[in-house]
Amino acid sequence: MVTTAPTEERIWQLLEEVSDPEVPVLSILDLGIVRSVQVEGEKVTVSITPTYSGCPAMNTIATDIRLRLLAEGITSVTIHNQLSPAWTTDWMSQAGRQKLEAYGIAPPVDGTATGHVLNLFGKDTAVRCPLCKSDHTHLVSQFGSTACKAHYQCDDCHEPFDYFKCHA
Amino acid sequence: MQVAPSETSALNNYVPELRQQLFHYVLQLADTSLILGHRLSEWCGHGPVLEQDLAMANIALDLLGETRSLYQYAAELEGKGGTEDDLAFLRIATEYRNPLLVEQPNGDFAATVARQFLFDNFHYHFLRELHASTDERLAAIAEKAVKEAAYHLKWTSEWLIRLGDGTEESRQRLDQALASLWRYSGELTTPTATEKALQAAGIIPDYAGLLPKMEAHLNHVFQEATVPVPQGVFMMTGGKEGRHSEHLGYILAELQYMQRTYPGMKW
Repeated sequence: MVTTAPTEERIWQLLEEVSDPEVPVLSILDLGIVRSVQVEGEKVTVSITPTYSGCPAMNTIATDIRLRLLAEGITSVTIHNQLSPAWTTDWMSQAGRQKLEAYGIAPPVDGTATGHVLNLFGKDTAVRCPLCKSDHTHLVSQFGSTACKAHYQCDDCHEPFDYFKCHA
Repeated sequence: MQVAPSETSALNNYVPELRQQLFHYVLQLADTSLILGHRLSEWCGHGPVLEQDLAMANIALDLLGETRSLYQYAAELEGKGGTEDDLAFLRIATEYRNPLLVEQPNGDFAATVARQFLFDNFHYHFLRELHASTDERLAAIAEKAVKEAAYHLKWTSEWLIRLGDGTEESRQRLDQALASLWRYSGELTTPTATEKALQAAGIIPDYAGLLPKMEAHLNHVFQEATVPVPQGVFMMTGGKEGRHSEHLGYILAELQYMQRTYPGMKW
């Protein structure tokens, strides 16, 4: 079998096939955590940035990237954990947002990051119910099933759902 | 750990003495978030309601993530080929540099909220300024962590107000919590010799500049909570220099059990 040195384009295609272990409907490219890919001869370097400092999926994602590249015969892989610039939901793709909603998780509403504003008891972000599409929803807790999600409930269909927090 | 850090701070630009001080200080930050994160994780499965149980577990996880970035950096600064795990699991209580506040027991929910509020009010304002550190690695860690700390401070501020301005019982419990914990709040902004050296070098912010912002937020929250700000309380210090309350030993006994019992054990 003849192996040719991998191209950068090919690496990006392969990364599209690596999914987020906690939201498997999203690829890591949809999530916007791959910052760069560098290819030097046979050596491949992939820089990824964590969504949240304590995201337990980062180790799994690094392993999954290695395994996917290994399956193509790419063995010399370095994975960098890049903290700065910090990840933001602005980097999440449009396709990713649509996949999230179809999966039952409300996608981030841009421009609503808590950011550095401490508006105590401020109005909750208006989030559309991913199931019945009603805008009558309310925040149950800013802290949901994973670090990146808040917990909402729909006032019309009463379904509780996850909301992928805007993080900017 | 398979993920290699890519921020290669110019470690060699530091003279040995400053590098040693920075090592000790990064340990202090890492120990602080580890011990507080561990305390919060003790609530897991015991919270008053499911949503708040999850909130505390989430905050614990954020703190643990920050801890790992800091220990990884500390291990590089130490330059002895050690890992984040060596630093977390193989140091004894007197080598830990966390302030006394974070090792205090959880108590009831009001005590946990009060402890967390006093810490978050420092942590959030501190991280915002640490983002401007001349040390690129600390600046990057702060840039990441401050977004999370904003959620934490919002959560603790709202709960402090609910408890203070809530029922007779919630108020009484909060009063008791503040009566026992307030004395540990001053240490956060009382610089040690190590901190003074790093402040002079522009690596960490001067606490004098943080205090007005911390006081403004605290006064606002206490006023909303109808709780008077404690005055004239003697402030306990020493944790940042390794002089701890008895509580830390018990935390480490549990935290380090596996690594002490099976040295070199891997997950």
